[in-house]
Amino acid sequence: MVNHPIPSEVASRLRKNKAKASAIGGSLISPFTMVLGLLIVIAMYFLAQRFIYGLGAVTNINNGYPWGIWVVWDVVIATGFACGGYAMALVTYILNRGEYHHLVRPALTASLFGYSLGGLSVLIDLGRYWNFWHILSPSYAQTGSVMFEVAACISCYILVLWIEFSPAFLEHLGMKSAKKALNKFMFVFIGLGVLLPTMHQSSLGSLLVVFGYQIHPLWQTPLLPLLFLLTAVCMGFAIVILEATLAAVGFKRDIAEDLPMLSKIGKIIMGILAAYVVIRLGDLMVRGGIGKAFTSGIKSVMFLIEMAAFIYPIVVLSKPSNRRLLSKLLAASMSMLTGAVLYRIDAFLVAYDTGPGWHYFPSAPEMLVTIGVIAIEVLAYIIFVRKFPILPGHSTTAAAE
Amino acid sequence: MSITRRNFLRNAAGGTAAAAACATLASMPAEARESNKVPDKAIGLLYDSTLCIGCKACMSGCKEANELPLEDTIGEKLWDTPLELSGKTYTVIKVYQHGTMENKDKAENGFAHIKRQCLHCVDPSCVSACPVSAMLKRPEDGVVTYNKDACIGCRYCVAACPFGVPQFQYDTPTPQIAKCQLCKHRLAEGKIPACAQQCPTGATLFGTYPALSAEIERRKALKPGEAALYPRRTVDSGDNHEKPAPEYVEHVYGQKDAGGTQVRYLAGVPFDKLALPVGLPDRSYAADSETLQHTLYGGLILPGVALAGLVAAAWKGSKDHHDDDDFDMFDHPEGGKTHG
Ligand code: SF4
Ligand code: SF4
Ligand code: SF4
Repeated sequence: MVNHPIPSEVASRLRKNKAKASAIGGSLISPFTMVLGLLIVIAMYFLAQRFIYGLGAVTNINNGYPWGIWVVWDVVIATGFACGGYAMALVTYILNRGEYHHLVRPALTASLFGYSLGGLSVLIDLGRYWNFWHILSPSYAQTGSVMFEVAACISCYILVLWIEFSPAFLEHLGMKSAKKALNKFMFVFIGLGVLLPTMHQSSLGSLLVVFGYQIHPLWQTPLLPLLFLLTAVCMGFAIVILEATLAAVGFKRDIAEDLPMLSKIGKIIMGILAAYVVIRLGDLMVRGGIGKAFTSGIKSVMFLIEMAAFIYPIVVLSKPSNRRLLSKLLAASMSMLTGAVLYRIDAFLVAYDTGPGWHYFPSAPEMLVTIGVIAIEVLAYIIFVRKFPILPGHSTTAAAE
Repeated sequence: MSITRRNFLRNAAGGTAAAAACATLASMPAEARESNKVPDKAIGLLYDSTLCIGCKACMSGCKEANELPLEDTIGEKLWDTPLELSGKTYTVIKVYQHGTMENKDKAENGFAHIKRQCLHCVDPSCVSACPVSAMLKRPEDGVVTYNKDACIGCRYCVAACPFGVPQFQYDTPTPQIAKCQLCKHRLAEGKIPACAQQCPTGATLFGTYPALSAEIERRKALKPGEAALYPRRTVDSGDNHEKPAPEYVEHVYGQKDAGGTQVRYLAGVPFDKLALPVGLPDRSYAADSETLQHTLYGGLILPGVALAGLVAAAWKGSKDHHDDDDFDMFDHPEGGKTHG
């Protein structure tokens, strides 16, 4: 990237000034944030009903489909979306590609909110939420349970995310020495910040193994943890591309500087997705289930749509010229995210069959609660990037401040 | 880009960590967990569909013994009318019906009864799934119990049970899981489960696992049509009634299905007609799931090694990026310099 005639020290000093993260500032009241506020109020209304009358008053879940979108979307998919911080930490700090660094803080912010709200959503969904602490208590914990592993790991990771993020707060509060002290040990948390998502994102897939025959063979495999992990990492990278674009549009920032990094991310997505498709199809062939891709009605259709959504980005991103175009990167990312979301919905709901007579489709209030949770997330993100030094400050507004 | 000493060291460190992780994975003892075995003092039930007359005495006995409310699903408020297991119902008698429904225990133009309840699996999915030990299998007699004071209401057991048994209560802010616990409170008083106590024909029979196994053997050896004795309540109650032996299907449900169950079934029609899943593997799903978990997380060896590698890499990264400064998660924009 330093292929220009300016001496490297000067170049890096220039870049240091430009890339230094800064708060964007600006007003928090806008038509958009007002709509978000309204959605949150609606969600609160239905949440009150849920806590007064029980889960059945608001949701359509039943004893044939005990997990609805409050689990599958709010936790399984939302934490996948929140893997941006994980994916970026992976390349930036562990694989030592420091050049990706200025995308880390926005990615980490999205992860922080995604996971924190995922954790809160769990409490909404748990029937006996007041006992939640049992998961972390040795006298109750059942370590053979995949659910235990997922819950304990996600709880720890939320903690780690807040610690990883705390320098931004300390900076804001002017607590320089505390920040320095914390930073001395930060490498431990960075290590944890990669290990914990690796564990629980794969375990989200393992959750389904014990369901046995109740999960359709197109999805049921001992490789579920690997397949979930690969798609989670890809989701993280795709979200980073999406986020950079949205931030550029929403906060009128220049994206040209990010583009070389985004195209490298595109290449990583392509590689991981190719591995995913090969492993998934190979596993189906080995287990003799590949024929079911065409003979299982709606399940086959969903499987094929998923596959198309995964293969499209591989094809697009395999052309180096496409990887330099934001539009192509974005299209590939969106397709990848669609595939990953469908994969999770299919595995948990479409492929799940406990026997005849059971149906599930989320109720309107149930969806409104999920939409409200998303609104909280977006609003919190907006507040944060306006108040804290999150986004790299190459916008003219930030420079003027 | 030239390979600097620093680059070289960095790559070497990363490689070592990865190699160490792989080596550990490869040398992991194959901790494959086998399906659990039937406990020595196991007890259970035998439900013989051919003896059941559909009187539902077991259902009302169960409701009374477990202080469960009645259900009205048809809006007539005449009887207790659960259609399936539910948050208010631990057991329900259902009927298979075909054609003219003339012949009892025949698939063609016939009908047959089935009793739904917890099968008290030998290696239960619900116990393996439960994150907080609310579902437990008693090691001595194998009864699968539920403790509401431990339960967090995650419903993983509801989703995991291969037989759709545990029922969550969606209509209350303080829900529990409803599930037959083989009348553990009656067992503690030296009584037998209420459903077996109430059954007038011995279709639901209580006994030790071996005693019930012997009874299954005896019944299957009978010649269809010949007069035979059938005990009520328990295998050795001495309270018998006489009836011509039926024609059983080959399959003894629960003998091996999904690792075996302590509540077993005999029937005159194939079990897929009785709404029980057929073709389940002999190995329990709990064993599959826990083998996977133990392989990945056994003794936290693998995560431990991985963490050591990751922390080392992150620490090296912090040194590389900030040779003369503290490490900051965010502020080292010149980090990309060495990759120029
Ligand atoms: S039948 Fe279901 S609830 Fe009963 S022990 Fe087996 S897995 Fe658990
Ligand atoms: S709902 Fe309760 S009993 Fe069932 S798995 Fe969750 S915590 Fe265990
Ligand atoms: S054993 Fe007890 S709880 Fe279980 S079905 Fe029979 S009566 Fe009901």
